[in-house]
Amino acid sequence: MAKGIWVIIEHHDGEVRKVSLEILSKCREIADKTGDPLVAVIPGKDVAALADSVAAYGADKVILVDDAKLEGYTTGAYTSALSKVAKKEEPAAIIIGNTAIGKDLAPRLAQRLGAGMASDAVGMEHDDANFLSFKRPIYGGKAFATVSATSKPVVATIRPNALSLGEADAGRKAEVVNEAAEIDADDLKAIVKEVALVASARPELIEANAIISGGRGMKGPEHFAILEACADTIGAAVGASRAAVDAGFIEEKFQVGQTGKTVSPTLYIACGISGAIQHLAGMGSSKVIVAINKDPEAHIFTLADYGIVGDLFEIVPLLTEEFKKLS
Amino acid sequence: MNIVVTLKQTFDTEANIVLKDGKIDATGVNMVMNPYDEFAVEEALKLREKDGGEVVIVCMGGADSEKAVRTALAMGADRAVLINDPALDASDEWVRAEVLAKAIKDIPFDLLLAGRIAVDDQSSQVAVRVAEVLGMPSVTSILKLDVDGGKATVTREIDGGTETIEVPLPAMLTAQKGLNEPRYPTMPGIMKAKKKEMKTVTLADLGLNAADFAPKMTAPVYSLPEARKAGVVIAGEEPIDAVKKLVKLLHEEAKVV
Ligand SMILES: Cc1cc2nc3c(=O)[nH]c(=O)nc-3n(C[C@H](O)[C@H](O)[C@H](O)COP(=O)(O)OP(=O)(O)OC[C@H]3O[C@@H](n4cnc5c(N)ncnc54)[C@H](O)[C@@H]3O)c2cc1C
Ligand SMILES: Nc1ncnc2c1ncn2[C@@H]1O[C@H](COP(=O)(O)O)[C@@H](O)[C@H]1O
Repeated sequence: MAKGIWVIIEHHDGEVRKVSLEILSKCREIADKTGDPLVAVIPGKDVAALADSVAAYGADKVILVDDAKLEGYTTGAYTSALSKVAKKEEPAAIIIGNTAIGKDLAPRLAQRLGAGMASDAVGMEHDDANFLSFKRPIYGGKAFATVSATSKPVVATIRPNALSLGEADAGRKAEVVNEAAEIDADDLKAIVKEVALVASARPELIEANAIISGGRGMKGPEHFAILEACADTIGAAVGASRAAVDAGFIEEKFQVGQTGKTVSPTLYIACGISGAIQHLAGMGSSKVIVAINKDPEAHIFTLADYGIVGDLFEIVPLLTEEFKKLS
Repeated sequence: MNIVVTLKQTFDTEANIVLKDGKIDATGVNMVMNPYDEFAVEEALKLREKDGGEVVIVCMGGADSEKAVRTALAMGADRAVLINDPALDASDEWVRAEVLAKAIKDIPFDLLLAGRIAVDDQSSQVAVRVAEVLGMPSVTSILKLDVDGGKATVTREIDGGTETIEVPLPAMLTAQKGLNEPRYPTMPGIMKAKKKEMKTVTLADLGLNAADFAPKMTAPVYSLPEARKAGVVIAGEEPIDAVKKLVKLLHEEAKVV
């Protein structure tokens, strides 16, 4: 009988990613109810040192899948290695963050295991009928679908920042086991030739606690410096509307919305953004939305929690100064 | 080089979502090709223009999906297969992938292109699952593609940057915004599309039996989000006063800074 909740742990530079800890925190609550063991599965190379931090967030057991071939993520090697351990251990659920890696891996793994999957869930609960149910935004956040699986395991990806992070308990200990990574040659056809990471002191958009975004109202690429200065005072990431991207003010990867990133920060500050439905699709689940716009009729004011009607070129630098005073 | 593009018809991104009898109501909604599939079609057409071959569209959906399929044909795709079977109304991503893979298997191809995500169900699963069924590598969220001598070199988006991957063909690639600028169908293109082959097939035509495809996920229970309401709008004040007021609210009321 399939048993146990697996959380696949993502890590970067020797640290567990926040979204993995958010998932562990929620799954700890669920596991306490169902009696399932909570298992943190850590793929990678030299990952043993991460066991303590996942134990602190509630893992009962840690499975290290340690192999040089798993040092950098590739779809094939990760699917091969993790699917084999999953077939052996038969977990009831396999959960991972809806990150670049999670989005790529989860459907491939689900199909190999013949499993159903819930993508980009913002909520998960224990469900008497089908073990776990997942609530996920559809149609750009204009509706939700709640789904569960009719068989086990169920695979799911969870949106970063959607679940709250629990308290770490450094005293908690977990059983740690090693599983060999068995990787089929057939799964190694795609070869990573180059990884180009852009060093940035700012947080990753999808995981940021706060985001300051600029739209067409920014008028030109040179003005994004004022948003960056403001962002840095509160540790925020910088984002943009599609109009700002299409006008060449800022790179595509910063776009928030239906055809850009989906974000769920605690604080989203929209500067010179009108609030089009496709922009909303990417940031509508933010906890607190602030709008700075010179047009009092701008649609964004109908949904922002706080707003200033004014010229962003005046407001944003002042905001930077006031934020500085807070810290 | 022969290319298969999977595409899906979706609601226009402007559409309001209304529930009727617990279902998403499509009445009066403008239907369009899934925006990410437009990138896939465009990329396929560019490759064909360079290397020749055939671009075949595969779509699963009701008879109304013909609209999106004809758009792809009008953009320049050569022919299309529409899988239309009422038994698929209650499908999940696993079912859709198994059935699409079966239809695609019968078409000779070197490359399979799809969208990164369908903007209606937002699953981002079907294309990758198809690749797994067909036993070929998948690369998702691609921003750049070069095909040369039986292999593809792609740049894909990752958290914090990009990576370049080399993959032998056949392979399945999913398109991210930024890959290209999709063309609009021209008037002659639209006229020509009317004469292009569009074959509608059922599960039985594909040699499949609906009973073998019980979904692995339950039927979705739909709900609507609580509408966000207008909050405090500070207007008509000196900028410095407005900002001080805002920061005080963010700090003391919302407690987010
Ligand atoms: C299929 C599809 C997908 C899309 N995907 C996305 C997406 O992912 N993300 C996205 O953002 N959009 C997307 N869009 C585009 C979307 O419809 C809007 O066109 C876009 O969001 C508008 O961007 P904006 O608010 O920056 O520009 P505008 O709508 O032009 O608004 C600019 C705002 O700036 C204000 N302003 C100007 N100057 C100042 C100033 N000095 N100070 C203060 N305020 C000022 C103006 O009052 C105005 O409200 C998509 C559209 C389609 C059809
Ligand atoms: N019904 C369908 N018919 C054809 N292709 C589909 C269908 N559903 C999904 N796809 C393809 O898979 C991609 C991802 O879809 P989804 O997994 O639904 O987000 C889409 O961009 C399409 O290319």
